Amino acid sequence: MLDKFRFSIVKNYKIFFAISIIFLTIGFGSMIMRGFNLGIDFTGGSIMDLKFSKAVTITEVRDVLKTHDLGNSIIQLESKDTSATSAEGVLIRTGVIDDAKRREVMSDLTSKVGKFDIQRVENVGATIGGELIQQAVMAIVLSWFLMIAYITLRFEFRFAIAAIIALIIDVSVTLSYFSLLHIEMDSSFVAALLTVVGYSINGTIVVFDRIRENLKLRRRTETLTDMIDNSIWQTMTRSIYTVGTSLFAIISIYLWGGETIHNFSFAMLVGFSSGAYTSTFLAGPLWLFLRGKKAGE
Amino acid sequence: MRWNELGKFLIIALAIIGGFCVYINPLANSIKQGLDLQGGSHVVLQAVETPEFKVDDDAVNRSVKIIERRINGLGLTEPVIQRQGKDRIIVELPGVKDPENAIAMLGRTALMQFKDDRGNVVLTGKDLKDARAQVGQGNAAVVGLEFNDEGAKKFAELTARNIGRTIAIELDGKVLTAPVVQEAITGGRAQISGQRSVEEAEQLAILLRSGSLPVKIEVLENRTVGPTLGQDSKEKSIKAFLIGIAAIYVFMLVFYRLSGIVADIALLLYVMLLLVVMRYLGATLTLPGIAGIILSIGMAVDANVLIFERFKEEVRKGKTLRSAMASGFSRAIITILDSNITTLMAAAILFYLGTGPIKGFAVTLALGTLLSMFTAVTVTKFLLQFLVFANFTKNPAWFGISAPDASAAKVEVEEKPKTERVVRKVDNHVKKVGPQAAPKTDSKEAKK
Repeated sequence: MLDKFRFSIVKNYKIFFAISIIFLTIGFGSMIMRGFNLGIDFTGGSIMDLKFSKAVTITEVRDVLKTHDLGNSIIQLESKDTSATSAEGVLIRTGVIDDAKRREVMSDLTSKVGKFDIQRVENVGATIGGELIQQAVMAIVLSWFLMIAYITLRFEFRFAIAAIIALIIDVSVTLSYFSLLHIEMDSSFVAALLTVVGYSINGTIVVFDRIRENLKLRRRTETLTDMIDNSIWQTMTRSIYTVGTSLFAIISIYLWGGETIHNFSFAMLVGFSSGAYTSTFLAGPLWLFLRGKKAGE
Repeated sequence: MRWNELGKFLIIALAIIGGFCVYINPLANSIKQGLDLQGGSHVVLQAVETPEFKVDDDAVNRSVKIIERRINGLGLTEPVIQRQGKDRIIVELPGVKDPENAIAMLGRTALMQFKDDRGNVVLTGKDLKDARAQVGQGNAAVVGLEFNDEGAKKFAELTARNIGRTIAIELDGKVLTAPVVQEAITGGRAQISGQRSVEEAEQLAILLRSGSLPVKIEVLENRTVGPTLGQDSKEKSIKAFLIGIAAIYVFMLVFYRLSGIVADIALLLYVMLLLVVMRYLGATLTLPGIAGIILSIGMAVDANVLIFERFKEEVRKGKTLRSAMASGFSRAIITILDSNITTLMAAAILFYLGTGPIKGFAVTLALGTLLSMFTAVTVTKFLLQFLVFANFTKNPAWFGISAPDASAAKVEVEEKPKTERVVRKVDNHVKKVGPQAAPKTDSKEAKK
């Protein structure tokens, strides 16, 4: 079915490497220049998502916050009409504050602005945020080492290195998107990233598994390049189908799963797409070059 | 057509579909829901060292006990109080009605002191036997105190020595009430008045009953989800779940026809098994956890896609449906194992390092990967075998396989003779022994 589209992936490696390099350059540039939009899980701070029984204005809320020296907090109205000046739903973000102080602010809001229901309140101390960054980095790096160990055991070291390079690219691409679009990162981002790691390596392993199998069946006349191309194309339908079904799942979470899980699913959407790309177009050629061969050999 | 095999297929298929329709809802509802779905507070408390109070193992343990008593006074279902590391305590309050007050209460030191008019501390909370909210004179809310024997003695002395003078009852240095003593009280009972409401009196009573904390406790982290948002998240995630699944189902049907139906039935069983296992492990269903389930369905399909694609390839090489199926399964299973183990490793790290909802996600991801390997490989295999052995059709198109094409011939030439021989042997085997032989040939091929 796919044969009419068939072309050599290994011989055209320059195009695929270039796409990745251009993207990563932009991504790293953005990470350095713009940095990340780290949520309170990382930086510490508090979020109060409140639903007042009557519509309130930003000024009313800010006046109360000012009396607690929190005048520079971010206050957003939650209204479908973006030009609305008052709404029942209000989202307040402050810097790091003591939970006792936050409670005082909330009881002041009740007495001065009006009664409300709590939708969501999060208050994270600065220490916890620092710990999370540490844990996240540790988790991702640990996962890489585990994968290297496993693939070396089941395949060989060069497969492991090629797979990890693909993986590092996927993680970097996901980080790039979050930096470029300045999307807020929270603790679930780390979970999404690790899922990307688990999934992306999955696709790479399916391709490598074919290469491993074809390596045994290979005749002397067949070049390594052709063999890799054959392996990639033999698994192409599977790659497309699997990407399809996983993306169905993620897109439905992204579109209908609600605001709370939006960024979580977006990270996976980006990571999975990148994972599909790197497993298909980069992993095979990378392995060939790690064996010290050039495309065509 | 062999009705026997077709009958087996239909019975199992209908049993799974029927079981799914009947049990899915009660099953899903019986699983413990995370705070992000049912609403509630997740609080991390930190014991802080002060000049007066040292943070040591014993002090933290006693604090856990005291906080536990305070929470039990709130009357919540299944609250969690857990010590974490050296000096932290994790508290989960599902469905708490007044989270602000409840959290404020957790960290209160609640040191009660009775002082005479010169400021000498005569009695403390340790002398109490019980404290209850009561309705006093003029319908005012009060807290009734009952002293233990020693406390009653001390209180009788205190009141006897201070007739006509004020004594003060303080909580954490703040005066709760400062009555003038009229007469010596010997019954071992006293009342604290000045409470604004019965709720406030009840809260004070709980604090006094539970005792004072031996160390200073601060709220390090607080995550509260209101019941409305929880309900909203639940409804939305169910919707996302249904849409995601429907898309995957249609996809499998369109591309794999009969095999697709088999895979879809296996998926139903998979979802049920996952919920059953979660229930019996006492796992908590969180919002990321539901996303994990949807995702794991997408990935469970991967195992089937791998198998079916192999199946197709083998048919295109000119094999019969039967032998193509057998070798399709046995070859794909190695790939499935290798690729799923990496996902399991990622899930294990998440579980080890994550907290709360993230842990819930890791659990569903790991369980999902394990179970999907079982259903996608074993269950699909049996069902598909029944269908193929039923001789229902010999046309590969029914299994979503287009007729052998030109490229297939090329692949076959490339194949080494050695594998051809093995395949032929498998063929004979199947013919001689029948359906039972298939698993055996599998293991043989897998070893190779």
